[in-house]
Amino acid sequence: MPTADAVSPGMPPDRYDERLLLLADSDNVLVAKRPIGDGEEIVVAGRLVRIGKSVLLGHKVARRAIAPGEKIMKYGVPIGSATSRIDAGEHVHVHNMQSDYTKTHVIEASDEEKAK
Amino acid sequence: MSNEAELRGYLRSDGRKGIRNVVVVAYLVECAHHVGREIIANFRGGDVHLIGFPGCFPNEYAQKMMERLCTHPNVGAVLLLSLGCESFNKFSLSRIVAESGRPVQTLTIQNNGGTLSTIEDGTHWVSEQLDALAGAETVPMRLDELMIGTVCGGSDGTSGLTGNPAVGRAFDRLVDAGATCIFEETGELIGCEEIMAARALTPELGDELRAAVDKAARYYATLGYGSFAPGNADGGLSTIEEKSMGAYAKSGSSKISGIIKPGDIPPAGGLFLMDVVPDGEVRFGFPNISDNAEIVEMIASGCHMTLFVTGRGSVSGSAISPVVKVCANPDTYRKLAGDMDVDAGRILEDRATLEDVGSEIVDLIKDVARGKLTKSEHLGHREFILTYKSFEPIGPACLPSAA
Repeated sequence: MPTADAVSPGMPPDRYDERLLLLADSDNVLVAKRPIGDGEEIVVAGRLVRIGKSVLLGHKVARRAIAPGEKIMKYGVPIGSATSRIDAGEHVHVHNMQSDYTKTHVIEASDEEKAK
Repeated sequence: MSNEAELRGYLRSDGRKGIRNVVVVAYLVECAHHVGREIIANFRGGDVHLIGFPGCFPNEYAQKMMERLCTHPNVGAVLLLSLGCESFNKFSLSRIVAESGRPVQTLTIQNNGGTLSTIEDGTHWVSEQLDALAGAETVPMRLDELMIGTVCGGSDGTSGLTGNPAVGRAFDRLVDAGATCIFEETGELIGCEEIMAARALTPELGDELRAAVDKAARYYATLGYGSFAPGNADGGLSTIEEKSMGAYAKSGSSKISGIIKPGDIPPAGGLFLMDVVPDGEVRFGFPNISDNAEIVEMIASGCHMTLFVTGRGSVSGSAISPVVKVCANPDTYRKLAGDMDVDAGRILEDRATLEDVGSEIVDLIKDVARGKLTKSEHLGHREFILTYKSFEPIGPACLPSAA
């Protein structure tokens, strides 16, 4: 879970990290354009957020807090719905969102197994 | 577009022009596959490609696909391999190829002394054809005579940021120049139906585009899985809608001129959606069991080459028409540079713009049309897959420009 520090003084409330990409103004997620390692701090919604697990290239983090059932917006369109509360800066993926059309098929395996 | 006139192609009897002059060896049932493999093994590095249909039961779609593939403008001669008792109509296929003016030979293993003598006779026939094709004349070819398909596979979170929109830019420029461009896989357009319908040439076509995606959503829902592989999720894609939005970017921003089905040849230049999801009840399983099934379907509709966007790193090529690999992910490019033609991921590292990569793709298309080998061609990738499907003919609203 990310831990949010207090709003940094003088930081605009919509400021986000340069390693993240905003694809459309109405989006509530940002996309990692570079990998972000375990425990690194990122700027999201004008706050410094320490991320728990690394966020890989092309993965999403929440641009602001997202309520359960809320649409996840990327490219300015809904790409599914949140299945639990998601904090600003938290990794947004199959563990906390789902398709509004058909379910997503994933294979359970450790990162070590997947690296082979 | 100053160098359009520099393209040259092999003129076929139907007026289309090929950018390659391939000898196709086609097995008409799995039982003839081994003989085909042994024949082409004698021509490593040569333009001899193996295609085929494994089933013994007849299938109208597969018959049409094989007819279109064997008379594709990139094909110069065809060897048909039959076991002898399969249901495939080899007589009809052979007549159609002969009527197109191409040399065609059928070898039936049961009537030809078995495996060894069929391999020997087939090898001999292919050698003769290669010698004859070596002296083939070419004629000038314009950019508007090219047909280009696009597919994405091994997608990840970068595909929709770099590779797919860059191909979209290239498609916009090709469509402006009068070329024919095809995008496909309605199962990977789920969630994009409304924005896509707004780009249709006519409101009726817009309705058909929505209906095609709706059919795909129902079809995949019946099967229980979307067009989504576990690697897509590892790469950061969470849902089919998200994958769709990225895939949709390949189509660029041109008006959509029509919908075709596999093997239908577009009537004129422009941007077309290929509906690859079978009609009727789910009978034969997944619409596209791998990326190559879609590539083969676009080739059957006449594509001279395919732009293949990959993030995770597909290494596939294709029989008959070259595949241009556009790598969306900069890390993947560094790992698999020997397999990739275009490094679109450098956009993420601020080393190029979408416009730069779009232009690079258009230039590369011209070079490949002039004979430059793509990475997958050079490496000998000649993947091919064709299985059972069933389609109804397209309705009149699908091709407003043909009316």
